[in-house]
Amino acid sequence: MENLIISYKDEVLTAKLLSEIDHHSAVNVREKIDSELYKQLPRTLIFDLSEVNFMDSSGLGLVLGRYSKAKEIGAEVNIKNPSKRTEKIFHMAGTDKLIKIIHDKEIKNETNK
Amino acid sequence: MKQINEIKCTFLSLSQNEGLARSIVSGFLLPLDPDVEELADLRCAVSEAVTNCIVHAYRNGVGKISLTLRAYENRTFKMIVADKGCGIADVKEARKPMFTTLPDEDRCGMGFSIMESFSDKLDVKSKVGKGTRITLTKKLSSADDT
Repeated sequence: MENLIISYKDEVLTAKLLSEIDHHSAVNVREKIDSELYKQLPRTLIFDLSEVNFMDSSGLGLVLGRYSKAKEIGAEVNIKNPSKRTEKIFHMAGTDKLIKIIHDKEIKNETNK
Repeated sequence: MKQINEIKCTFLSLSQNEGLARSIVSGFLLPLDPDVEELADLRCAVSEAVTNCIVHAYRNGVGKISLTLRAYENRTFKMIVADKGCGIADVKEARKPMFTTLPDEDRCGMGFSIMESFSDKLDVKSKVGKGTRITLTKKLSSADDT
């Protein structure tokens, strides 16, 4: 099952993660995000988590790993629409100091093309 | 403390079994009518424990993971995850937030911290070359609690 919809528009690379993000699924999406990141060299990488219903520390590792790669190419990383639970896990690791969390339900349709 | 239910199962350290372990925990806990948040916490905790076995304990191969779930009369839930993998040299160090031996593989070192914060008690016993056993205890809130 595909856990990732990736799209690029106006210098923004959006990685929309779906369903459950654990170690099993993170391994699969990691390479795809990295290859798009280096191909497009975006200004912003957005992890859209609106369709994620489970995430553990492997999801955290996935986002943090991409964060360090994005930093190398001068891109910033945002997390969009995490669930309350998922946000709790990000807070636990203190990543909210590095990565901005945005809640923007109106942009939701933009990635569905 | 009287035990009211127990299941014990063994599965291989394959990453697809992380989801299976979460399903087993859900299936075991649902008859106890757990709080939605607590159920989500414990699903996350088992996911962390099983991932540790796959990523660390059986780093260089595939081994067996045993999962035991117990429920007691007073709504105490116990989860034991055991492996016969490489073991942890320094458990105290491993339990520290953000400590990881595998930073290059996107391991963020939060597994034990998450398990601790989602439980009442987390016991970690490990011997290098023999394996690791974690015991997580959580008293489920009662359905009448508000």
